[in-house]
Amino acid sequence: MSEPILEIDHLQVEFRTDEGVVHAVDDVSLTLAAGEVLAIVGESGSGKTVTAMSLLGLNRSPNATFRGSARYRGTQLLTASEDELRAIRGAEMAMIFQDPMTSLNPVQRIGDQIAEQILAHEKLTKAEVRDRVVELMDRVGIPRAAERARAYPHEFSGGMRQRVMIALALSCSPSVLIADEPTTALDVTIQAQILERLKELKDETGTAIILVTHDLGVVADIADRIAVMYGGRIVEEGTVDEIFYDPQHPYTWGLLGSITRVDRDRGERLPSIAGLPPSLLAPPEGCHFRARCPHEFERCGQVPPLEDRGAGHPDRCWLTVEQKRARRVVDDGEIGLAAKVAVEASPEGLVDRRETPPGAPSRVAGDAGAAEDARVAEEDR
Amino acid sequence: MARFVVRRLVGMVLVLFAVSVLTFLIFNVIPNGDPAVRMAGKNSTPAQIEQIRKEWHFDESLPQQYLFMMKQIFTGKLVSYSDQTNVWEQIRMGLPRTFALGIGAAILWMTLGILLGLYSAVKAGRISDRVLTVLALIGISMPVFWVGALMNYYLGYKLEWFPNGGYVEISEGGIGEWLYHLILPWTALAILFIGVYSRILRSNILDTINDDYVRTARAKGISERRVMTRHVLRNSLIPIVTLWGLDFGLVIAGGAVLTESVFDLQGVGQYFAEAIGRLDVPPVMAVTLLGAVFIVVLNTVVDIVYAVLDPRIRLG
Repeated sequence: MSEPILEIDHLQVEFRTDEGVVHAVDDVSLTLAAGEVLAIVGESGSGKTVTAMSLLGLNRSPNATFRGSARYRGTQLLTASEDELRAIRGAEMAMIFQDPMTSLNPVQRIGDQIAEQILAHEKLTKAEVRDRVVELMDRVGIPRAAERARAYPHEFSGGMRQRVMIALALSCSPSVLIADEPTTALDVTIQAQILERLKELKDETGTAIILVTHDLGVVADIADRIAVMYGGRIVEEGTVDEIFYDPQHPYTWGLLGSITRVDRDRGERLPSIAGLPPSLLAPPEGCHFRARCPHEFERCGQVPPLEDRGAGHPDRCWLTVEQKRARRVVDDGEIGLAAKVAVEASPEGLVDRRETPPGAPSRVAGDAGAAEDARVAEEDR
Repeated sequence: MARFVVRRLVGMVLVLFAVSVLTFLIFNVIPNGDPAVRMAGKNSTPAQIEQIRKEWHFDESLPQQYLFMMKQIFTGKLVSYSDQTNVWEQIRMGLPRTFALGIGAAILWMTLGILLGLYSAVKAGRISDRVLTVLALIGISMPVFWVGALMNYYLGYKLEWFPNGGYVEISEGGIGEWLYHLILPWTALAILFIGVYSRILRSNILDTINDDYVRTARAKGISERRVMTRHVLRNSLIPIVTLWGLDFGLVIAGGAVLTESVFDLQGVGQYFAEAIGRLDVPPVMAVTLLGAVFIVVLNTVVDIVYAVLDPRIRLG
């Protein structure tokens, strides 16, 4: 791999809310090389979106504190002025958001919305911009692009809108593309199309991609490296093969076990990790995954550093490599996390998620709705 | 679009019918409302009253009386019961004054409403926002006849900064005098709306600013000013613009009655108020119908404008 173009070093993000300080991102370090695809995987509220947004300064507010460093080709993103950031946003680093249904301005034509970004960074004539817009829309697979550029967002389907978002993101040939759950709001067949398109575009343009997702199944095909986040921290980082075939952290085992498979018996419950993510208002001492981990022992009261414990890639679990390899459940060729016994799992009355009715809150502080989520989780206890 | 307009016009005919029947009936059941008695005067004999009743068709059945009045309205021959002047003539004289008041006030309240609402939203939660909130609530709570009277008394009569009511035609006193006489009425009429509009815009902006597409706009690398004007303000203004059309219609169609009366502007509103005071049915009918026409037309225009501003709206 070549020189890293993006280096995140000990990033910490905190938000002051009415309920207290939310420690959304805690000591995250990552690097991204040109043309590389890095997946950040974790549950909602694990801090992955906050990490991504912090890079572009999109979550700056009087109530947010950023510590550490995030460097893009020599620019310190965390302390950059709004003007410096503006020059980078859209042109050098572009972002695709989770919900294509609401991420486009409903009263402006699609073409104009793409053109706005191009004109913000490049001096082009109207005709040149129009040609570029049509070409971009064509490239992401929108049929009859010239005509559709004059349409409004509500005249597009969800998948088409996400293609528009991708066209928008690619419009100034950025070096880094941040895709925040780009397929979560789409149905499965469209998901595959969008991912396929992202992959092709990556190969064509050489853009590095940070793919933020909660779905390990999504990343296997496209990512070079995976960082697994939990409770604001990276708990394991490695290549796709390392994560899938030699996962070290019990949380990663749980995530791998939760991938939905069509070849499973219909009658079985979907596997899930018991318990709820930790409240980031008052994160537990030591390892954040402790409360849900069946392999917890005394040492877990101390924060395990992210380091290589002999497996060839770093993780944050005190168990030795041998213990891990022995304890992770390999069942039917799949790796999973043996569920913690219900009684043991509820020292603080934690709810076993398998007993939770559908629609029950499963998120805790970290995203935009951090405070509310945290409150919901509190009430749940 | 054409179908939409036609449907609205058909709707208007129904509205006018309903409004006219209702107004007509109300004035027929009001006690002491017999126009013949009032027209004949205090010292009249029953024979004279009977004479008037015959002359003015008051002896016919209600439906016939209604039809007769509607015919007069639509042929322009309607005359007042109290002074026998032609109603349409009177309205035509008052209309420019009412429009001068309404249009000026509407421009004033829209401009200030937007400026204050935007400022309030940008400073949300700070002292200046709270001060504006209190001021807006005071503005909304003050009745126009009271504010108008206070202004007239203190700024006009006591301090003599402004004329004590009255209206001056541009052709008579020039544009300066015209403005000078209208400043107080405009302000009095606009205060309530400035309060309402700035509050609505403030909350619209604060809603919009958290919308996903605003985040997308920021991620494009465009200037914050452009994010605010092209995305936040542009989208927050859509409901305000439609409200503006409706409120303007209401003001012209009767909302200016109090303002005109307080400042003695001699517009249609004041004419209307005086006619009600004399239980003079023809002017009341004519002004009511005119107001209804105006409101229906403005509603239609507002709906069309809304569809232009927000392409998600389909006219139907």
